[in-house]
Amino acid sequence: MSSLENVHAGQTLPGMTRVCDNVQSFFYNAALWNAHRIHYDLPYATDAEGYPGLVVPGPLLGDWMSQVVDHWIDGTGAVFEKFEYSNRLAVYVGDEVQAGGTVTEVADGCATIELFVRNAKGDVVAPGKARVRLA
Amino acid sequence: MTGLLTPELMQNVGRRATPRTEVVTRRDIRKYAIASGQTLDRYLRGDQAPPLFHVALFWDVVEMSELSPDGVSIDRLLPKFPLERAMAGGLEIQYHQPIRAGDVLTADRTLTAIYEKEGRSGPLIFYEVVLEVTRGDGTAVVTEKTTRILR
Repeated sequence: MSSLENVHAGQTLPGMTRVCDNVQSFFYNAALWNAHRIHYDLPYATDAEGYPGLVVPGPLLGDWMSQVVDHWIDGTGAVFEKFEYSNRLAVYVGDEVQAGGTVTEVADGCATIELFVRNAKGDVVAPGKARVRLA
Repeated sequence: MTGLLTPELMQNVGRRATPRTEVVTRRDIRKYAIASGQTLDRYLRGDQAPPLFHVALFWDVVEMSELSPDGVSIDRLLPKFPLERAMAGGLEIQYHQPIRAGDVLTADRTLTAIYEKEGRSGPLIFYEVVLEVTRGDGTAVVTEKTTRILR
């Protein structure tokens, strides 16, 4: 087991690039039992709701931020204490996004990490925050 | 403030949904792990649930006839709000114990807050729902607060 002994504020976590395609969107919504038409009914999403494409489910963007943290702590014995995120801007099926984060505080055996999902334009579409208890 | 929050509406704060109990299966963890693009083996094998698995586990399983025309299921915990267009929302989750295949978990949902703020283009209504996930012996597993904004 490795450790996270040198964790410090300002440290950048390895990020990830993700694209939700139609197959992933289908699997994800099916796993939730989510029938919201903006995710799979293109004429509805564009004509009725005015979106430029099919909308990627918001919680999937939250999940990707959790994966940034999970990869960083994997094998170290550190565990999630808190995780939060919000969805600010829509992401569309086929859009490439970047998820990543930076340690902002290390105190009381815990690290706080500010997280983000950014679209290709660089807008933060979903900010997040996690606190992990270091082993 | 525009006085959207009538006493009748505010009486709904504190309302609880009927508790729901679900069995965590390896198959459901694996489906969620694959669908969300997990890469860690313990999730892909279905041994342990990824951090947001409870979102899927307790998403309402509704019949097709219960969906509104946009395909959204009607949340019976919520009152009829004077604003109806849902905007972005957020989740705050506290983790107490990991979720594993074979766990039997109960979710209790409570409408804990309704408040109003003035947005750039008019009034906004915020509401908060707390989801408490526990084991049969009452041990806390996950506590989640959802905040949603209506305009």
